[in-house]
Amino acid sequence: MEKKQEKNPRTAYGLALLELARSNPNVVALDADLCGSTQSVQIENNLPAQFFEMGIGEANMVSVAAGLALCGKIPFVHSFAVFAAGRPFDQIRQGVCLPNLNVKIVGSSAGLSDFGDGATHQCFEDMAIMRVLPHMTVLAPVDAVEVPKAAAAAAAIEGPVYIRLNRNDLPIVTEDAAPFEVGKPLVLAEGKDVALCVNGVTAGIGLDARKILENQGISARVVNFSTIKPLDEAAVRSVLSGARALVTAEEHSVIGGLGSAIMECLSKKPMPTARVGIADRYGQSAHNYGQLLEHYGLTAEAIAKAAEEVL
Amino acid sequence: MSRPDKTNEELLDSLREKARRVRLGIIDALGIGNRGHVGGSMSCADIVAALYFYKMHHSPDNRGDPDRDRFIMSKGHSVLAQYAALAEAGYFDKAVLGTTKSLGSLLQGHPERTTPGVEANTGSLGQGLSIGVGMALAGKADGRSCRVYVIVGDGELAEGQVWEAAMAANHYGLDNLTVIIDMNGIQAAGRTRDRYSIQNIPGRFAAFGWKTFEIDGHDMADIVKALDMASALKGCPGAIAARTVKGKGIAFAENTHAYHNNLLTAEEREKAIASVMAI
Repeated sequence: MEKKQEKNPRTAYGLALLELARSNPNVVALDADLCGSTQSVQIENNLPAQFFEMGIGEANMVSVAAGLALCGKIPFVHSFAVFAAGRPFDQIRQGVCLPNLNVKIVGSSAGLSDFGDGATHQCFEDMAIMRVLPHMTVLAPVDAVEVPKAAAAAAAIEGPVYIRLNRNDLPIVTEDAAPFEVGKPLVLAEGKDVALCVNGVTAGIGLDARKILENQGISARVVNFSTIKPLDEAAVRSVLSGARALVTAEEHSVIGGLGSAIMECLSKKPMPTARVGIADRYGQSAHNYGQLLEHYGLTAEAIAKAAEEVL
Repeated sequence: MSRPDKTNEELLDSLREKARRVRLGIIDALGIGNRGHVGGSMSCADIVAALYFYKMHHSPDNRGDPDRDRFIMSKGHSVLAQYAALAEAGYFDKAVLGTTKSLGSLLQGHPERTTPGVEANTGSLGQGLSIGVGMALAGKADGRSCRVYVIVGDGELAEGQVWEAAMAANHYGLDNLTVIIDMNGIQAAGRTRDRYSIQNIPGRFAAFGWKTFEIDGHDMADIVKALDMASALKGCPGAIAARTVKGKGIAFAENTHAYHNNLLTAEEREKAIASVMAI
């Protein structure tokens, strides 16, 4: 589909979480002093009995969520992706994923999206380190229309889920009526020569790349991989069928994220694949998001060039 | 467990006997020639016995009771004491103790929820008290009568997360949460005071807003009294600082880090059983 107006995915997330918490009183939100940024403030403001401020202590927050889940609650744990996935990795591994508890980790301001704060607050590793944990489901919805569907899907899963969210306004690239099924990639725009595999912010960038390729006589399909894990191999092959090559594009390290996940999924009968992502490096501050995306090579031009090279 | 209707001395005697059975169960779980965390399991055996056979409301026949009290062995390596208590309480057959840590066993090297009666996965130190805070918060939110008991080690207090949890319990006024610190004074590499001294443990918890109690962790009267006082608190959590002896009950394993994680030969096993029977 065509890109429409921009909307903020975290605003959509806060409202979706509020709806989930209203319909199920066992849904609770925990935050580590970032409830405005993560939008868990919607729960604090509207359903204060279902909100727990855990102070600036992410490790404790995750283990507290494990305890809540062990008593039948469905905790949504919030912080910036780097502090939600990275800092309490051991608590997620030992206390949440090993016992397969019903805890949802919401990594906000993922990728470069917290552009001003620089390397410490940007996160290109979360999909890799969440994906490697047994029992964990990893979602990276592409826009403000899909985010509420991802949150609802996460709530419906009896087990740990990591949701990766962008901080900034993103173009709407999915339809209200589009289905959201965990593990099943969806075609955003048809094309036959090459498949551009995207999630998060790269969905809109991938659609722009498709136009560039079209002008060059290359027909590109854009495929939404808002599930990183689990990937259903049959569904992945089906959505990629007919394409001669793939380009994966992610606002994440090229090590361990979407590109790695797709190549692992197809490893028995691989397809030629070019990976666009952040090289093995850290972020930095900038005055706007677009400047950083360009600096780190997450542009429509870079995706189009990768497609030409891999074909 | 419903509280036995006995005079105090009879109650204490019955609990001492339960503690003896827990210690014998630890020796069973350790087996012959397999390394296991015998020292820290023995040091908390009396406390574990008092919790499972006096203080806690729980039943193997109603494991899903939302009002049951929860026990978390935050120093997860001491799980042998918990396994012994769970077997004694009827959560699984005592014969299962002998399979501890063997491939495919119900009884893993550290606590996992797949074991009947185990309420939380622990083993990575410092996380159990936080999990207990979550359970206590859920109990409060749902208006339940359940209480949460967490045993932590003194060496474990070096994990900063313990103090994050202590702050959270204070902030939320979790009077349904009790932590018992098994102060056996010895960690894997040696004496805690030499390796990484953590002084004035009760004072530290008091500074974090907890009501604290100091007891002899092998004196059943002390343990029972402290558990009763801690569970009667209103508005703040309780911390019981229990002075204990690592390896308590196996004379040759007492007060040494050599038995933090060690094995018993067949001959040593017989000596250990005789030692426990002589307490």
